[in-house]
Amino acid sequence: MSVEITTPRFKDNAKKALADLPLQGALSKVGPGFIGKRAAAAEKLPEFDGLRDSARDIKNHTLAHLDLYLERFEAKAKAAGGHVHFAVDAADARAIVTDICQRLGARTVTKGKSMISEEIGLNDHLAAVGIEPVETDLGEYLIQIRGEAPSHIIAPAIHLNKDQVEADFRRVHAHLPPERDLSEPTSLLAEARGELRQKFLAADVGITGANFLVAETGTSIIVTNEGNGDLTQTLPKAHIVLASLEKLVPTLEDVSQILRVLARSATGQDMSVYTTFSTGPRRPDDPDGPGEYHVVILDNGRSAMLGGQLREVLRCIRCGACMNHCPVYHAVGGHAYGWVYPGPIGSVLTPALIGVEKGRNLPNASTFCGRCEEVCPMRIPLPKLMRHWREKEFERHLTPATQRFGLGVWAFFARRGWLYRPATRLAMGALSLLGRAKGRFASLPLAGGWTQHRDFPAPQGGTFQAQWRARQAERRAAPRQEASR
Amino acid sequence: MSSRDTSSRDTVFASIRASLGVTSQEAPRRQAVADRLAGHPRGLVPARGQLPEAERLALFRDMVIAAAATIDHLPSAAEVPEAVAAYLRSRNLPMTILRGADARLATLPWERAPALDVWIGPSDGRQLAGLSHAFAGVAESGTVVMLSGPENPSTLNLLPDHHLVVVDAADVAGDYETVWDRIRARYGEGVLPRTVNWITGPSRSADIEQTLLLGAHGPRSLHVLLVGGPTR
Ligand code: SF4
Repeated sequence: MSVEITTPRFKDNAKKALADLPLQGALSKVGPGFIGKRAAAAEKLPEFDGLRDSARDIKNHTLAHLDLYLERFEAKAKAAGGHVHFAVDAADARAIVTDICQRLGARTVTKGKSMISEEIGLNDHLAAVGIEPVETDLGEYLIQIRGEAPSHIIAPAIHLNKDQVEADFRRVHAHLPPERDLSEPTSLLAEARGELRQKFLAADVGITGANFLVAETGTSIIVTNEGNGDLTQTLPKAHIVLASLEKLVPTLEDVSQILRVLARSATGQDMSVYTTFSTGPRRPDDPDGPGEYHVVILDNGRSAMLGGQLREVLRCIRCGACMNHCPVYHAVGGHAYGWVYPGPIGSVLTPALIGVEKGRNLPNASTFCGRCEEVCPMRIPLPKLMRHWREKEFERHLTPATQRFGLGVWAFFARRGWLYRPATRLAMGALSLLGRAKGRFASLPLAGGWTQHRDFPAPQGGTFQAQWRARQAERRAAPRQEASR
Repeated sequence: MSSRDTSSRDTVFASIRASLGVTSQEAPRRQAVADRLAGHPRGLVPARGQLPEAERLALFRDMVIAAAATIDHLPSAAEVPEAVAAYLRSRNLPMTILRGADARLATLPWERAPALDVWIGPSDGRQLAGLSHAFAGVAESGTVVMLSGPENPSTLNLLPDHHLVVVDAADVAGDYETVWDRIRARYGEGVLPRTVNWITGPSRSADIEQTLLLGAHGPRSLHVLLVGGPTR
């Protein structure tokens, strides 16, 4: 999918999303589904919080020694017969992948789910040079045939309902009998399985992401439930892994620590179905597996983040828990964020990757309720980092226009009081959260009703508030909720 | 490596070093990294898997079932051929199974299941049922650990609709760390086979309205044949 950036129009995107009824129907299932499952999985493992500490410490150690672990990874992957390529930016990474595909005369490329592929806009680029990219994760396949971007980092098609999927399948799989029954999710899945099976067997190159890279052994790891990533990397002539440089961990033991919190935080499983460790190409006596193995390690701004507060973001393992628990995400969905990474992680990562000018709206798209940080398995202080961006923005641009714009986004959420309700009831358990999430959507009529929730907790961050008050006094045009306080 | 690759590599490393304020030559940093790689400390291993054998096998079975797979506990490996035949019969599948060259599978008394047709090799996607021998099982999550190679081709884990996996009770560990040590003992420090597959239940997707459905791209059914060890 192309990476047209609509982040600067976040407020408009959000307004549209709030008025989009099918989207609101789909979003109403996000909280109830994920929150309870994560809570139950965490509850069942007494060591869960201890493992979060361990996972955080492992990544902190790795990031502090990233140069050395990367050197080791590179040496071990090469010793196993693999190729390691470093890419400074998206264009660099696209060129590396295209060169490999063209050298192999590839016409079709199957793809496992990869956020890096989205970040570098790989599919459009491959198509432009005459190579057909086929997404094989069911969710990614759905959005590919619709020409959309993912709206969630682990459930890319979470914004769709099954009627929309049925309509798309009838449109795209026109060679199948029109009278076939596609009314149930099972029949939709069976059809996708059949269609994609052919693609898997015909593909010349398989491209996957990586959940982790292991320095000890020169190994890349993918974690999936469908098995699509495994078919993608096993059947074609070459396997290309797209990874950003912070995916590194030192040892197999280290990744085992982090894997214990990944699936539990993401889907509430103890372990995802397929956790696959790949090292080099097929060995001389292997009857299957790819003949070539390439790892493309992308920087794209991350090495610069190592130097400051934002280093903490590089611990992220893309589990999705922060967006699953985010009232703003629940309200507007992933597309409103306007680029590849939605939710709280998107709000802190996007300005770093696409620039603060384009991404500056996102750190304001927060109620500062703190739920994201509470559930983040890597203990990333997401609200603190959002404040970091806001403060940076206010320090840099104190022109009234800029500030009004920044406040505009914040006030947009502030006026929708129901977004703040979760923050007032943090102590409630997962079950009551479910009930409330449903009730909230029953009362969606947008601006109405905000007055009864006016006393939402003030956002933390003295700089922001102080500046806001000062600016309001100056302008004598106080936003409504301030005036009536 | 092309010159573009080389210069990109230099740029990335220079930027990392600048951000970290390091040269990569600092002896204490190099030592810390070498120590971690050589010592591979285990971290926090859940108590759940640290059980005596009978309880460990019981936990393994419970977790396999929790992951939506099925399991037979057989007194000995000699029972495997009949158990495979019984599985295929119960699912109304053709009496054909594809397996790799694993000696532990080759030496089974296949004559005990005369109706069963046993083929050897990787899968090309046309077989309905495949049989593999696991390197290990992990009780804490009901995971089977598969290693690639001619003994147990990776395609058998993925392409057939039904994947049957033999696990020796003696190979069921409580935790992943024990399995890593056994893999190191076989392949050497810092070396893995091309593919290590942890498999926890059959393939699934929840991408359509978050409805969990089994059999997305990989096997629709995973059936574990646990062999030997105490039964409870
Ligand atoms: S920031 Fe934390 S919760 Fe969000 S995706 Fe990353 S690891 Fe998961």
